[in-house]
Amino acid sequence: MSNFTASYNLFFWIMAAVCGFVAAGIAFFLILFAARYHRRRESELPPQIQGNAIAESLWIGIPFVLFMGMFAYGAKLYFDMRLPPADAMEIYVVGKQWMWKTQHPEGEREINELHIPVGRRVKLTMTSEDVIHSFFIPDFRVKQDVLPNRYTTLWFQATKPGKYHLFCAEYCGAKHSGMIGWIYAMEPHEYQAWLEQGAAEGGMASTGEKLFHQFQCANCHHFDGRGPCPDLQGLYGSTVQIGGGTSVSGPTTVVADESYIREKILNPRAKVVQGWKEGYMPSFQGQIDEEQILDLIAYIRALSPAPGGAIASGSGGALQGAAPQPTIIGPEATSIHNTAPYRP
Amino acid sequence: MIAAPEITERNYLTGKEGVLSWLLTTDHKRIGLLYVASITAFFFIGGLFALLMRLELLTPPSDLVSPETYNKLFSMHGIIMVWFFLIPSIPATLGNFVVPMMIGARDLAFPKLNLASWYLFNLGGIVTLYAILRGGVDTGWTFYTPLSTTYSTTYVIAAAAGIFISGFSSILTGLNFIATIHGMRCPGLTWFRLPLFIWGMYASSLIFVIATPVLAITLLMVAVERIFQVGIFDPALGGDPLLFQHMFWFYSHPAVYIMVLPAMAVVSELVSTFSRRPVFGYKAVAFSSLGIALVGFLVWGHHMFVSGQSIYSALAFSLLSYLVAIPSAIKVFNWTATFYKGSISWDTPMLYAIGFIGLFTIGGITGLFLAALGLDVHVTDTYFVVAHFHYIMVGGAVMAYLGGIHYWWPKISGRMYPEGLAKLAALTVFLGFNLTFFPQFILGYLGMPRRYAAYPPEFQVLHVLSTAGASILGVGYVLPLCYLIWAWRYAPKAPPNPWRATGLEWKTPSPPSVHNFDETPVVNYGAYDYEALKGELGLG
Repeated sequence: MSNFTASYNLFFWIMAAVCGFVAAGIAFFLILFAARYHRRRESELPPQIQGNAIAESLWIGIPFVLFMGMFAYGAKLYFDMRLPPADAMEIYVVGKQWMWKTQHPEGEREINELHIPVGRRVKLTMTSEDVIHSFFIPDFRVKQDVLPNRYTTLWFQATKPGKYHLFCAEYCGAKHSGMIGWIYAMEPHEYQAWLEQGAAEGGMASTGEKLFHQFQCANCHHFDGRGPCPDLQGLYGSTVQIGGGTSVSGPTTVVADESYIREKILNPRAKVVQGWKEGYMPSFQGQIDEEQILDLIAYIRALSPAPGGAIASGSGGALQGAAPQPTIIGPEATSIHNTAPYRP
Repeated sequence: MIAAPEITERNYLTGKEGVLSWLLTTDHKRIGLLYVASITAFFFIGGLFALLMRLELLTPPSDLVSPETYNKLFSMHGIIMVWFFLIPSIPATLGNFVVPMMIGARDLAFPKLNLASWYLFNLGGIVTLYAILRGGVDTGWTFYTPLSTTYSTTYVIAAAAGIFISGFSSILTGLNFIATIHGMRCPGLTWFRLPLFIWGMYASSLIFVIATPVLAITLLMVAVERIFQVGIFDPALGGDPLLFQHMFWFYSHPAVYIMVLPAMAVVSELVSTFSRRPVFGYKAVAFSSLGIALVGFLVWGHHMFVSGQSIYSALAFSLLSYLVAIPSAIKVFNWTATFYKGSISWDTPMLYAIGFIGLFTIGGITGLFLAALGLDVHVTDTYFVVAHFHYIMVGGAVMAYLGGIHYWWPKISGRMYPEGLAKLAALTVFLGFNLTFFPQFILGYLGMPRRYAAYPPEFQVLHVLSTAGASILGVGYVLPLCYLIWAWRYAPKAPPNPWRATGLEWKTPSPPSVHNFDETPVVNYGAYDYEALKGELGLG
């Protein structure tokens, strides 16, 4: 059960009551009239009633008012579901034919399973490696399609520990009905124990740091602002001035979120940062998988201060006011500063 | 019943003989019957797929057929039922047969085009059947990308080509009806004297003409991407998968109204005839058809509330979906009011009409759940949606089709049908339908996703109920097939107007002569004007 379950059920059953009442009324009158006014002789001619403006206005007006109420209630619930709170803990999901791969920032990776703590808001950032899937936890009343080449998000807060179904709800090919799994909602201390017992390979950001070297990103993205490509410190969450590119029509701004960073890795020509040379960076399309991109994003994210400290991208300036933390060290060849603290 | 005058002249069935006289006919009545033959075949093919699916779903694992086969079954069931049964069902059969007679015309505006439509329809059907026989298609009837364009290894292009071809039959039929209704009404038959059946046909013809080309283009783009690897929908090629959904539903939501507007059109006729009263609030019902057709073009995004489209466009689509529900509500209330103080007969067509109103109401009401943004999230892509659209399309459109077939059967065949057996079949269909699909609402609420070959065991009881219902429903559909074939030769002869109905089609002999009317009728009374016609109909 999640924070949405009770309010969803309440809404559902109010609808069922209102609509059921109307449907029962229609059935009642149909049967009543059919019996009461059953034809008595073959040539019977009943009174010819053409219509009644007042009656018709009533049964246009009353449904309209009811419908607007349903619309508003539904919209409220939807917006609550669709707008993840800023303080949610983050989990990353990659769907592929036919499995769910989930990843915790601390580094835990799972297949067709997801462990989460109850009482904490959880935000899933999801993408697909192939076709469209849909992440569906019936008991939580949440569902979101998972698309290739795009991040979609979903959030919830589990309220009761337990084991819950996870389904793929968008038909995705041969083993669609096998693309299922379990959500384990655990007490926070159990969750902490679970995290610790399994963490062997390090967090996503540190995996991302290794990839940063492996793909030789550090050769150009220097941390002193003097490299041929923008300094990535402070990029995440900042507002970037875009000078041009293939997917924009002119100068504009964009918030450097997961989608933006992903797009820049796969299609660097799409949105070129103002003041930087176009076409310098090669595309990594086909060389990097979705999980690696998520690791890289986690690393780039770790290079930024906590939310709120937006820094203009491309400035090359050192991080202002971010306390150096030893947890993650920037690329040795280029690093002149320690990077920002990484906190999930 | 009015005593039948002895029919001596040759009618449309006996006018010319031989197979060729049927295959080359331009008579709208014969073409209507050709369509009946075609869609009946497709209905039972699609039904067979449904039966196999229901049998597979008796047990939780996919044991009767493999998941791959199951996926093909629901895909082909959807494709056949939507494009080769439901879309043409009422317009191409009953519409073809009745529209010219209802407006006092000798034929449709373009009789040869009408025959060409039938051939295109069958050509499309044969191409699709070819795809099925070669190994089938597994994309679902919705062809979502990039599954259909890049990942599926089945006969996607052949299936899409069949739908593409049959789409031209829809467009031509729509054009033909629009031209006919505009230009061929007999003297005195003004727009507001038209039977509501004509209004419904007109509204659905508009959708045929406006929406079908979008489907054709969309399917063409799927084929182009699949064959030439041009990036349109697959992001790996630079395309956008949501673009496909927008284009597909821009056609396919209005297509739902192509299925249900003609059904409503039939029900308006049935309700008036069998309560012997004008339909309550004629103008409201007439305009509600046009309202549904027009607003219906603006609601496609309600299929995409969890697809990743902007939450603000979802907001607009939700609001518009509630607006399009209002004309449907008007119809239901006005039909119910027509019963009030009427002279209600319980003949089989009326049973189907009552069944339609009840089931369509449930289908419509559950549509309100799905239009509510927050409620949609949990139940979309579950059996709740499956149950919802079957209540509209099977509980609605098929019930109305059967009601219409029985209603006009005396006109079509010149003979009655066995009333007792027909009532039994209507009851069987109604009960079987509810047992099949009502449990699916519960399944959906409990979270059972659609298009699952295997499912967790806790859903089994409801699936068993549903399969039991489906077998009853199957019997209910085979019964009319049997007794109507019997009735074609052996049932008692029908008088011209067995129901004492007001439509012009009942002024023709049963079965009608080749040119419908010996003299062009002149109309100086409104639709369903029993008062004006009471002498002629022997009422009072």
